[in-house]
Amino acid sequence: MLLDYGSSFHYVLALLPELVLAIWGMGVLLAGAYRKRDGSSGQEAGWLALAGLALAAVANGWLHSGVSEVGAAGMIAVDRFRLFANWVLILGAGLSVVISLPYVARQKLQAEEYYCLILFAVVGMMFMAAARDLMIIFLGLELMSIGVYALAGFNRRDRRSAEAGLKYFLLGAFSSGFLLFGIALVYGAAGTTNVHAVAMAVADGTAASALMVPGAALLATGFAFKVSAVPFHMWTPDVYEGAPTPVTAFMAATVKTAGFVAFLRVFLVGLEGLHGEWADVLWWISAITMVAGNVVALVQSSVKRMLAYSSIAHGGYLLVALVAANDTATSGMLFYLLVYTIMTVGAFAVVVTVGNQSEANARIEDYGGFGWRKPVLGVFMTVLLLSLAGFPGTAGFIAKYHLLLGAAESRLWTLSVILVLTTVVSYWYYLRVAWYMWMKEAPEGVDSAEPAVTPFATRLVLAASVAVIILAGVFPGAALDLAAGSAEGLRGVSEAAGSAAGP
Amino acid sequence: MTEILFVLFAVVATGGAIGVVTGRSPVASLLFMVATLASLAGIFVLFEAHFLAAIQVLVYAGAIMVLFLFVIMLLNLGHDYRADLKFGAWFLLSLVVVGLTAGVLVQGLTGTDEAGPRGDGAAVAAALDAAVAEKGAVGVIADPLFTDYVVAFELMGLLLLVAIVAAVVLAKPRNPEAGE
Repeated sequence: MLLDYGSSFHYVLALLPELVLAIWGMGVLLAGAYRKRDGSSGQEAGWLALAGLALAAVANGWLHSGVSEVGAAGMIAVDRFRLFANWVLILGAGLSVVISLPYVARQKLQAEEYYCLILFAVVGMMFMAAARDLMIIFLGLELMSIGVYALAGFNRRDRRSAEAGLKYFLLGAFSSGFLLFGIALVYGAAGTTNVHAVAMAVADGTAASALMVPGAALLATGFAFKVSAVPFHMWTPDVYEGAPTPVTAFMAATVKTAGFVAFLRVFLVGLEGLHGEWADVLWWISAITMVAGNVVALVQSSVKRMLAYSSIAHGGYLLVALVAANDTATSGMLFYLLVYTIMTVGAFAVVVTVGNQSEANARIEDYGGFGWRKPVLGVFMTVLLLSLAGFPGTAGFIAKYHLLLGAAESRLWTLSVILVLTTVVSYWYYLRVAWYMWMKEAPEGVDSAEPAVTPFATRLVLAASVAVIILAGVFPGAALDLAAGSAEGLRGVSEAAGSAAGP
Repeated sequence: MTEILFVLFAVVATGGAIGVVTGRSPVASLLFMVATLASLAGIFVLFEAHFLAAIQVLVYAGAIMVLFLFVIMLLNLGHDYRADLKFGAWFLLSLVVVGLTAGVLVQGLTGTDEAGPRGDGAAVAAALDAAVAEKGAVGVIADPLFTDYVVAFELMGLLLLVAIVAAVVLAKPRNPEAGE
């Protein structure tokens, strides 16, 4: 089917996954109004949200199976790049919802509001992935952010959760201001907010570069905050540590994915002509992020905080792909985001379990002997940690390898060396957790504490994640092909812009 | 004349914005904000966006700010005179960063004049005048809002819904039955 946006109905078709999910989110919210207050745990709302995500995945599959658009320049992109990002976002949200089920019930959080905020935040992220217009990107980013601010501060009995929510809200609103200012300057320079039209204006030289370069710098600042790149990362450890753990998993996986996808589209399509201007700046940001994220992670005593710094470090690796700015790097980044989503949510699922569906037992000492007490979970966590570190045989290794291929294609030798060296550093703090799990004694009093009960759904998610991580580490072909095809879709747009402006 | 008015409004808007953050009491901050929004409305008038200016005054400077004022008065927040800006080393550092950024911006904006904003200003203005004559001042805004930018418009609605849900979740009184 071909969409030409001749009628408004084509927008409905092009935005089917987003619309399905938005309407479903409202349904989940309404369901809360009809729930009997008889102490039901609110798990139904979680399953309802999962059903909505499944429906959105079906809609996304329909778009994937042969819907295309005319011109590839409209406000809403129907390209493989967006659809791949949607897969990753839906997957990340689905996994987060599953590990939330027992946590929300145990903590007696307001289930319907919790799951509907997750769904709405995912809608915002999907809009960021779909938008070919800076205005839509901004609105999607705000939709995502407001949902996540509230989720971070969702557990009101926990002071740290409230602190996380407030901190994230204040700094996030501030960074949104930067992004908006950048959009305004780009609009002033190019006379349009359409990413494709901005690319044309940059290519044929009609855009005022005096406005364009500061605009690009402010855009980069806004996006760098959302993907928590150093030096805009100050909020990340506190917010990730304070937020309820399933929310942390959701933030670490999907917010970062959405941020990178929008970052990539704006900079590789819209501002491709200014690559010489922004590549140097992002080179340094990427290098500092990799070094600082990994080095600071070394000295963390809380596993949650260590994973926060690890997610900063992964952001640094992903920025390498942005600096490289070629097809290999783009497809490598998409593949990396998929793998990163699975292993991050998986690792946090174990953290939730060790914490008995609460915020307890987050110190690394609490993992002592965990592997022997829960052998299956211990093995799963070890595989996930190895994959996060990029051990050969896991998907994390393949993902890093393809990032390096992309970097090599653009001859970013120094950055590649930094990536490899910091990866080696990261082995220490990932394996330290595994070492505690298998080589250390359990901390005192752990036997009298209530046993770590793993709900069936969480076990299922963990088993599937680990299976995918190992499978994709040994036979990465299918996922890599999908990622490569998705990257071509994006590149086609910028080449069309270049050739249209060329003659 | 227009230039003088623009500079006047711009200075008031910027000064008001600074006042909002440095104001000692919430009420003072709020009044600074009203000044900022009103001068923004003035700038809209200078751009001949009369409808926007009217909306700005009615909705923002009028209704929303009055609501803010009510809330501040009702919650009795108006007596907090504790200054929370600390003038230490970080303040100096941030001043330096702000100064550098402003310097780069000013240099960028004044350095090269030859590349103006995209499009022919006169032609755009003429097209806009024709559109205003045809559809009226409101139609010029409403027409693209509900055709070209309908996605953004609907997304805005969703954004407001999420903001309300988030605010209610965080501000709802604790429910003793739920163990909170």
